[in-house]
Amino acid sequence: MFLVKENTVLNPNTVRMTVEAPMIARKAKPGQFVIIRGDEKGERIPLTISGYDAAGGTVTVIYQTVGASTLKLAEIPAGGYLCDIVGPLGRASELDGIKKAAVVGGGLGCAIAYPQAKYLHEHGASVDIIAGFRNKDIIILEDEMRAACENLVLLTDDGSNGHKGLVTDGLKALIDAGAKYDVVIVIGPPIMMKFVCRLTKEYGIKTVVSMNPIMIDGTGMCGGCRVSVGGEMKFACVDGPDFDGHLVDFDELMKRNRMYRDEEQHDCNLFREAKEREHNA
Amino acid sequence: MPNMQTDKTVMKEQAPEIRRTNWLEVACGYTSDEAVNEAQRCLHCRNMPCVNGCPVRVKIPDFIAHVAKGDFEGAYAVIRETNALPAVCGRVCPQESQCESKCVRGIKGESVAIGRLERFCADYCADKRPEPVRAEPKGKRVAVVGSGPSGLTCAADLAKRGYDVTVFEALHTAGGVLVYGIPEFRLPKSIVSDEVKELEKLGVKIMTDVVVGRTETVDELFENGYEAVFIGSGAGLPRFMGIPGEDGNGVYSANEFLTRINLMKAYRYDYATPIKHHRRVAVVGGGNVAMDAARCAARLGAEKVYIVYRRGENELPARREEVHHAKEEGIEFRLLTNPTKINTDENGNVCSVTCISMELGEPDASGRRRPVEIPGSEHDIDVDAVIIAVGTVPNPLIRMTTSGLDTNRHGCIVTAEDGVTTTKEGVYAGGDAVTGAATVILAMGAGREAAEKIDGYLSAK
Repeated sequence: MFLVKENTVLNPNTVRMTVEAPMIARKAKPGQFVIIRGDEKGERIPLTISGYDAAGGTVTVIYQTVGASTLKLAEIPAGGYLCDIVGPLGRASELDGIKKAAVVGGGLGCAIAYPQAKYLHEHGASVDIIAGFRNKDIIILEDEMRAACENLVLLTDDGSNGHKGLVTDGLKALIDAGAKYDVVIVIGPPIMMKFVCRLTKEYGIKTVVSMNPIMIDGTGMCGGCRVSVGGEMKFACVDGPDFDGHLVDFDELMKRNRMYRDEEQHDCNLFREAKEREHNA
Repeated sequence: MPNMQTDKTVMKEQAPEIRRTNWLEVACGYTSDEAVNEAQRCLHCRNMPCVNGCPVRVKIPDFIAHVAKGDFEGAYAVIRETNALPAVCGRVCPQESQCESKCVRGIKGESVAIGRLERFCADYCADKRPEPVRAEPKGKRVAVVGSGPSGLTCAADLAKRGYDVTVFEALHTAGGVLVYGIPEFRLPKSIVSDEVKELEKLGVKIMTDVVVGRTETVDELFENGYEAVFIGSGAGLPRFMGIPGEDGNGVYSANEFLTRINLMKAYRYDYATPIKHHRRVAVVGGGNVAMDAARCAARLGAEKVYIVYRRGENELPARREEVHHAKEEGIEFRLLTNPTKINTDENGNVCSVTCISMELGEPDASGRRRPVEIPGSEHDIDVDAVIIAVGTVPNPLIRMTTSGLDTNRHGCIVTAEDGVTTTKEGVYAGGDAVTGAATVILAMGAGREAAEKIDGYLSAK
């Protein structure tokens, strides 16, 4: 059992959870993830580490309440317990030697991109962050991101924060204005990563993406997370989750991520119905 | 005068048409009377050939003599002297190629049902196990990586010798393949957890959720005060076939399919992990894992389940008993058949598998006749799921993160002639991590051997 120190709602569907896990905190590096199982009957879900404190022995994840398991996770109070947290899993991002980087985050992807930007910024790289959200109500980590870069471009799909546009627009504007990036790091929904990669390929800029396929064990024993990279089968949990974005088959990733949509919908509805009954009783 | 009945005493089983609809154990086990009757068939040979067939050398005639007298607790005590997991071994060991293959009674009739008797004793004593006597502590710590059959055996033996043993397990439940691989209807999970509890009573500490190679490396274990390390991390990395369509929705490795079912209990609606209930399923491969996957698919409600195997009936690597059970449950065997392509519909879901017929040619390096494709024999089988059970190899995590540990080109840990001493001082290994995918009992034998070697190493240190 692992003590939950904090489980704070950041916006209506985003939650930040800090868990006491000293062994993981000591080893975690940007780009790595953990697998969490909330309760005895729960499923194992992969969540990227968005912060770690080796001295304090804690690990922080930021997650979206998108289905039954994450809704349940969000109900654990501070002082409550998680059944399991295991990690750090996956290869750490290769960030050494980068001098100028664009870090692109989409929605919850910003929580995953933030530790990478922070690491680069702290190690002397020049970092631009391009962060995109659907609307201004779901913007997260604005202050943290601003502190981890030289230039933060914050965009919303509907312009509700004043800067309307997609992250591809923001990135293109910076490149066209003369920014010379060694690398573009992009983390967000597969469709967003796909379009950013299409853009950077035109400019010939190396681009690293963080893949988010369905996972079970996270240690390489099942292949549920397999992705095609340059025509080869890779397991995102051990070979990734970072890959060369210009070699990834995003259409396949999106297709495989839809596999359990009916079952997920079903469980989520059951959860909401149970909640309503509880509420009405 | 021994009981000269030529055949084994029959063990009751659930009828095929009933068990196909549930997850309860297929074999029901002996009653006390049946066990005594079977035990009386043992001739108590002076040279005990059966013991030579057992990798952990259970004192077979000795425990059977207790059973014959109705002293089941005495029998259990004898078994436990050398076997840390008797309830498991009695169920999943391939006795026909181990202890029972050497039984003298097998020459003119059926051998004594050693496995069934071992199982009976363990089950009979499940709720009346004596408190184990803890050994005098030696004050030395040993780390065991992996809680599968080899790791658990090694840990038990070391604890009995007085070492302070910690087992590190990557998953959230101890047992390795016994919990994620072998299904409930062959090995109830409560039996595995009971066996693990026995180990904890011996003083073994089990730490789940620790991935050695990520959370902690082997080198760090030494820095943290462990004086020897046993690696029993198994061969859990699934192989795929490299044919088109393996990225389709409805294509699984047997490991994924079985892990969802056995470890995550996806077949139960009160557990959160989802599983698809497919209509027609092809399982590729002919080993025990393929049989397990096929029988699980049938229990999830598939109308049709095929075993697709490139060699013939005689070459099936699975135990005869498993093949027999699978056939009884209506699994259809497409032998001398090999998939060449998995076909998907416009949504990316599997709709059929294209196969080619094979014939057997000359024997290959492994001594088995090599399957050769018959030109022009391609045909499609209508399925909505393909489960690939063509083998596993060791996970690279430990070899990538441990200095001085040699592995061969298959990724298996290289050992000295004793089979357990690695190229790194203080590090021993055994089970599938060394041999590649093999059996539970061979892994247990290696765990025992390694405990012996570790004791020698630490005593001399």
